[in-house]
Amino acid sequence: MSMVLNEEQCLLEDTIRDFLSSHAPVASLRQIRDTQDELGYSDELWQQLTDLGIPSILMPEEFDGLGFGFKGLGAVMQQMGRHLTASPLFATVVLAASAIELGATEKQKQELLPKITAGQLTLSLAMDEGFHHHPLNTDVRLEDDKGKLTISGEKAFVLDGSSADSFIVLVRSFGKKGDAKGLSLVLVNRDSPGLTIERTQYMDGRNAADLIFDQVLVTENQLIGSLGEAYPILQQVLDRGVIAMSAEMLGGCQEVFERTLHYLRDREQFGVKIGTFQALQHRASMMFCQLEQSKSAVLKALSSLDSNSPDCSIQASIAKTLMNDCYQKITNEAIQMHGGMGITDELDIGLFLKRARISIQILGDSDYHKNRYAELNGY
Amino acid sequence: MASMDAFRNNVRDWLESNCPESQRQPIIKDQQIWAGRNRSFYCYDSKLWFERMRDKGWTAPTWPIEYGGGGLTPDQAKILEQEMKALGCRPALYDIGLWMFGPALLEYGTEEQKQEHIPKIVRGEIRWAQGYSEPSAGSDLAALKTRAEDKGDHFLINGTKMWTTQGDKSDWIFCLVRTDPDAPKQQGISFLLIDMANEGGDARPMELINGDHEFCQTFFDDVKVPKKNLVGKLNDGWSVAKALLKYERNMMSIMSSIVEKEEGDIVEIAKRYVGTDSSGILTNSSVRSQLSLHLMSAQADLWSGIRLYEQHKKGLSDGGLGLTMKYMSTTEQQRKDELLLSIMGNQGLSWQNQKLSEAENKSVKNWAYNKAHTIAGGTSEIQLNIIAKKALNLPS
Ligand SMILES: Cc1cc2nc3c(=O)[nH]c(=O)nc-3n(C[C@H](O)[C@H](O)[C@H](O)COP(=O)(O)OP(=O)(O)OC[C@H]3O[C@@H](n4cnc5c(N)ncnc54)[C@H](O)[C@@H]3O)c2cc1C
Repeated sequence: MSMVLNEEQCLLEDTIRDFLSSHAPVASLRQIRDTQDELGYSDELWQQLTDLGIPSILMPEEFDGLGFGFKGLGAVMQQMGRHLTASPLFATVVLAASAIELGATEKQKQELLPKITAGQLTLSLAMDEGFHHHPLNTDVRLEDDKGKLTISGEKAFVLDGSSADSFIVLVRSFGKKGDAKGLSLVLVNRDSPGLTIERTQYMDGRNAADLIFDQVLVTENQLIGSLGEAYPILQQVLDRGVIAMSAEMLGGCQEVFERTLHYLRDREQFGVKIGTFQALQHRASMMFCQLEQSKSAVLKALSSLDSNSPDCSIQASIAKTLMNDCYQKITNEAIQMHGGMGITDELDIGLFLKRARISIQILGDSDYHKNRYAELNGY
Repeated sequence: MASMDAFRNNVRDWLESNCPESQRQPIIKDQQIWAGRNRSFYCYDSKLWFERMRDKGWTAPTWPIEYGGGGLTPDQAKILEQEMKALGCRPALYDIGLWMFGPALLEYGTEEQKQEHIPKIVRGEIRWAQGYSEPSAGSDLAALKTRAEDKGDHFLINGTKMWTTQGDKSDWIFCLVRTDPDAPKQQGISFLLIDMANEGGDARPMELINGDHEFCQTFFDDVKVPKKNLVGKLNDGWSVAKALLKYERNMMSIMSSIVEKEEGDIVEIAKRYVGTDSSGILTNSSVRSQLSLHLMSAQADLWSGIRLYEQHKKGLSDGGLGLTMKYMSTTEQQRKDELLLSIMGNQGLSWQNQKLSEAENKSVKNWAYNKAHTIAGGTSEIQLNIIAKKALNLPS
């Protein structure tokens, strides 16, 4: 499967680029941040994106899927990265809807997926616990007391957690921390008794939350997939998530790099453009090399999802690691090369810096993925 | 599409019945088949394999049939390459003429020059060397001084070339020489073909830090070269050289992939030298992490190569991706070499260590030799200059 976009995917990318630059420039993220917006995204924008069919992008045909594939999704994510667009696309569509598509019963799909594509339902995957992404270490429990099922424990870094209508919660039904067996996914409504949602204020202005489950009562009907058997599904969901997030990061990284190049061509000191200094040229060239390499990894990962290749997990870890390191490097260099202006809030560079650090933590930092890659390759 | 599948099947069948089993092992340096008047084969199979490939023109798959080439389209050649890779077939011929000079001559040579030289390259009869660099002209190549004086029916050559790869084993050398000492730097240079058997030419090997003697300093002392050996117009050698440069970059990636295969598997080496726990996990987490980063980057560099190919095939601009490849692959190779050396600890400090396997000894030698990769064929710094200018449009 080719890494290059086909005609329809190119068209999709153009449409989204035009739409976002006119309806959701980076300035709209500032507004969300400055007003401490409850939602952390613009619902109006999400409805407009829904009209464009974006929530259906990954859906199977019977749910009016658009058939753009993962490369199509990647193109959209890249544009969202470039515009720093806050939207439920990642949490609701890429993560939660994937879990439903891959793990849910026909009945659950019929009930949930059409609402998602209509923009009427937002979801969130409640997975991480503690300070780092490590799904196998899940310890939030699903207790079975003679058929009475309850969830107890704390979830952290739940993306869109303060706004989502419902959560898909990763829980442990049996086994111990670190076991793949015993994990389950449960759909839990935000209004469930015993569930406390604490909004966190992360530096990118978007919404996330910590969740505290105190004997939250659930039924077997709320299970997505079989009890204790969620791990294989979860892995597929996370591969999609990791790769889609890498695509968003690629877009953001390209944008902040291009803005920096622009500054190098424009800004004068010592009577010349600062871009004539070889010390800066070489660093810019090295960034470009790293960016192109990361881009190859992301495009390869997207196309391996499209061809449902057995090495999706490996490609996902490569893409996320290289993209993490690249985005960190380029945002730091972007600030340095903008001089004092780089650390003012007047320029947007700082917004990319902050989003970069959040996205690096989303679904695993480089240490996590290098470790995972080593495990997958038997060392 | 269907005809491509049929082509692929034919190629596979042909390779399966014509490539001897012994020629499907990873290539090692001493067994490479280099072109030349004094060509030699380390075994009968390698001769057979070379001759079969030569007779199909597949030593130069895309070159025109009229000059002995394979006449394949780029897509067909890609299929041949893929099928050879899949079967593990060794390259049938090694020669700078094949990789760099031939393609440029096909572009710039006269009909007579092509007739004279191209078939011999395809058939591996002549080994070519590159005579560009000089003691005081490296990155600043246009500062070269080797003089070619017009003597009516011939040029008279005087000067010194440096770094001539395999100069002492080569039959011919393609050179940049100064034909007009008064013209501005790049405009007084011509591209000339010189037979090393000529009186007055002498190539002396230099020893490198890994103990090899592959590179020569080449002296020209009143060497006579016929006028018909001028490629391109007089004083327009720089254009030919520039055209050749793009093939040189290809060659660098061919070279590093050859080296790659000679080394042992770095994961296995790491397991042996730093140790594993009962489940096979490396016990040194820093080595493990560095290893992952190296393998990931090397993998992504491969994807870049494929992406570049796909973009070209679709007629899309590569956006500067091609310019990044040499810098990235050579830098990554050196990162790997350093990692390997540190993994091997005190065992990696000698290249004649009786306790090491041949592959391990090679790895150590390659560590030293591969320092050349970021220098030869345009240094890393020069690559970064070019990227800044061509890909990033930074002002100068
Ligand atoms: C293994 C090997 C094989 C070779 N084979 C051949 C061959 O077959 N034929 C042939 O003709 N030549 C060959 N070369 C020569 C090669 O092309 C030159 O070594 C190369 O171009 C660099 O030139 P130099 O060695 O004179 O280094 P210099 O140009 O003197 O460079 C010294 C340092 O200065 C830096 N530098 C120079 N200019 C700039 C600049 N403008 N900006 C920033 N930094 C700069 C360089 O990057 C380098 O770090 C070979 C070299 C090697 C090592």
